[in-house]
Amino acid sequence: MGRQLSEAIIDGILAGGVYALMAVGLTLIFGVLDIINIAQGILVVLAAYLSYVLSVHLHIDLFLGLFITVPAMFVIGVAIHWAFIRPLRGRERTSMSLLASYAVALIIEGVLYTIFGSNYTNLRAWYVTGAVKVFGFYLSYIYLLGFALAVVLVLALYFTLYRTQFGRSIRATMQDRTAARLIGIDVNRVAGLTFGIGVAVTAAGGMVFGATGGGFNPNTGYDLISRLLAIIILGGLGSIAGALVAAVFMITLEGVVDVLWSPSWSVVVFYGALVLVLVVRPQGLFGRTAARAQ
Amino acid sequence: MTALLSTEGVAKAFGGVHALTDCTLEVQEGSIAGLIGPNGSGKTTLFNVVTGYERVDSGHVYLGGREITNAPPDKVFAAGIGRTFQLTRVFPRLTVMENMIVAAQHKERGRGWGGMHMPLARAGGPATRRRATELLEFTTIAKYAGALADTLSYGQRKLLEMAYVLMAEPAIVLLDEPAGGVNPTLITLIADRIRQLNSQGTTFLIVEHNMDFVMGLCDQVTVLDYGTAVVTGPPDVIRSDHRVLDAYLGTAEEDDDIPAA
Amino acid sequence: MSSLTAGPPAAGSQIPMRTLRLAGIGVMLAVLIAYPLVITDALYAEFGVLTLLFVAWAVAWNMFSGYSGYISLGHAVFFGTGAYAVGLLTEHLHLTGSQIFWLLPLGGVAGAVVAVPFGLIALRVRRHTFVVITIAVFFIFQLMAYNFSFTGGNSGLSTPAFFWSPATYNNPFYYAALILAVGTVVLSWLVRGSRFGLQLLAIRDDEDRARGLGVRAMRVKLSAFVISAAITGVVGALWWFLIGQALPNTVFNPAFDLSIALMAFLGGFGTLAGPILGGLILEPLQQYVTITFTNGYLGEILLGALFLLVILFLPRGIIPTARERLTAWRAWRERRGPQAAPIGAAGADRAAAAGPVVTGPETGTRSTPSAGSPR
Repeated sequence: MGRQLSEAIIDGILAGGVYALMAVGLTLIFGVLDIINIAQGILVVLAAYLSYVLSVHLHIDLFLGLFITVPAMFVIGVAIHWAFIRPLRGRERTSMSLLASYAVALIIEGVLYTIFGSNYTNLRAWYVTGAVKVFGFYLSYIYLLGFALAVVLVLALYFTLYRTQFGRSIRATMQDRTAARLIGIDVNRVAGLTFGIGVAVTAAGGMVFGATGGGFNPNTGYDLISRLLAIIILGGLGSIAGALVAAVFMITLEGVVDVLWSPSWSVVVFYGALVLVLVVRPQGLFGRTAARAQ
Repeated sequence: MTALLSTEGVAKAFGGVHALTDCTLEVQEGSIAGLIGPNGSGKTTLFNVVTGYERVDSGHVYLGGREITNAPPDKVFAAGIGRTFQLTRVFPRLTVMENMIVAAQHKERGRGWGGMHMPLARAGGPATRRRATELLEFTTIAKYAGALADTLSYGQRKLLEMAYVLMAEPAIVLLDEPAGGVNPTLITLIADRIRQLNSQGTTFLIVEHNMDFVMGLCDQVTVLDYGTAVVTGPPDVIRSDHRVLDAYLGTAEEDDDIPAA
Repeated sequence: MSSLTAGPPAAGSQIPMRTLRLAGIGVMLAVLIAYPLVITDALYAEFGVLTLLFVAWAVAWNMFSGYSGYISLGHAVFFGTGAYAVGLLTEHLHLTGSQIFWLLPLGGVAGAVVAVPFGLIALRVRRHTFVVITIAVFFIFQLMAYNFSFTGGNSGLSTPAFFWSPATYNNPFYYAALILAVGTVVLSWLVRGSRFGLQLLAIRDDEDRARGLGVRAMRVKLSAFVISAAITGVVGALWWFLIGQALPNTVFNPAFDLSIALMAFLGGFGTLAGPILGGLILEPLQQYVTITFTNGYLGEILLGALFLLVILFLPRGIIPTARERLTAWRAWRERRGPQAAPIGAAGADRAAAAGPVVTGPETGTRSTPSAGSPR
């Protein structure tokens, strides 16, 4: 039992890293654009399908394929923002962009169903099924590589945010949109590019998820987005550190419950944890206290 | 004359910024008190703290002898303090009349669960509407009663805010820059209305930058600098006090003549 | 001011607006009542029932989300709970007659019971977080439906067959749905003009300020939430009896939530008649698409695309946009002077234009973005 538990924890941390990557993209989008991108879940699935097509039809290695899928998802992200988010105006702008992204998600899901059908797909490679033995535990390659990839990308993101001019613009916009505009930042451009970045990371997450998630089909998008949303809320909307911590914590918790208790209930615990945290701390772990509910 | 509103040693910091430090002041009942000071001296923070929109780090706030420190905004409002905001806060998608009725909610509240025992009653009984119309006429915006609040001009919104704050018949009204950003005719109207209300017993505490307005209207003026009340007195005295000039312009030589305002 | 009472009839007018409105409503009601008696095709009769059900749901949803500004994307929780609750309660009773309609309120009770703890937790947070919580709770419920054995797991619950005359099978359902829909609309209208409704609208505009003026925000929001949930529960219960089956992914169906939201937005989010109009347009459309295109996913694509179109080009919805255009047109006509306006009905129009929407020369011309805002 103890061994199973330790395994579950390790697996949870590794898998959590991948979710963290996707969650960070989502929370970044919220922080800069003040919207919740419901389409993030289905975009992960889309990215997984892209990797699938590259891998199966063009025989490109999964990790190498990222050099294609990441830019592709970036472009898709920027396009979605430009077409459906940017034009929204008015008092209900935030709610409407949420619904717009929900609508986009439905469209993408429908398209994916039409093209790929509802069969479950998996991404395959030699390292997906292989494992390495470390300290008596079997750690599958894909989890390790995925975790490493997540770490690399998050570091790259931090570097961009804190060491580049563009990153400064992003952080400025996150803190005060109007002030950012006043000092000459093209807020729309920042918003569009940030949306693109937030979506681009789904490419990486999607690939790893597609290889480790136990099969995916277009319907998986719902499950994904609900988890990602729960993660960023628990971590605190807009907080990158929060997203990281929350992702690792919740995925690990779920994995542990899965082993200790039952797989069906582990998911309920996942969401239950969210609800519990919110009862105690409505702004999430790292979120700023809202002045009042607004 | 007794102090209707008083603060005692109030301190409030936002991170490293000490907005208020040991702030002590009194507003006499039935007076019109002014609160002036350079930008960043803590005037709006003081308002926020008194009306419950911010919590104090230390110190006390008293209303008519009762302590109201850290009471939430609705309790403060119910206790008899009305407050307007620098950037007017009205309900944009409600009509002017509806704005007035909302402000009367706590008075209309019946028994039962938050007043829900007659939840589907028409909003605003006849007494409420009469009073609302009176107040709207008093502030000269009665003809806009049916218009949506966000169609009003800035000045009209200021009048609306003042009107609906008065719906609750507060003992004291805190006005945050009532003369800010409005034309001179409107300023005169506002000053006149304040005097009228004061003569009927309402106390006022007014934050303003417009010196003519403050000096011409207030009985007592308090100067805030770096979060502390440095001096209080009648306008004439304040006008020529060197501490006031210090506060606004930084340290001045002792011997400098302060030009008459 | 109630949105259904327009300005006073002007001197020399032909027909006052108020009478016109009431007449219009009367006609519509007559049509709705007669519908199943005239249209006897069972398929179209079912369309009718579903349309009325979704209209009721959309109006109930709007009564909470539209009036308070807190968008809920988890109302399907109440729908599913209502369906399952009634299903479980009657599972062993083998009811086949019209007594089932007396059980509908149970669905409402179930919805309300769920809504209380749900609301107490969810309504304490910011609006963004609120939406997400509703989504999260929705998925929790869907998962529970799958996992609990008493809910039948994957195979869900089924009703016994109702041995009613096949020709008019849908009629009892239709009239039940009609009563539900009309009742919900009336309730929504009453709330709109009431003290309770005004507080909700104030919360929508500026919750902090409303609180500061003594509005008990949590109680008001929770009440609206629970009422909305109860009605949705009844809708779910009726739907269950109609369709005869409740599966986790058909009653806890995220597409429902989006449809309902779309109906409200299409007609005019936050308005009284908006969700009615949206429902009457959208539900038949969806049914049509389902029938015509057997590829179910195409329907999803169309729904999403339609939603995007509405949001981009009709952001305020049909009714407010129409009202704005009308007001702008009247203002334009007034400016053109009296010689441009004929006597009679148009004169009444002009006089009615001086009604509650926007008055006064100062505000008349600034009206375009906000005069047509929801009332």
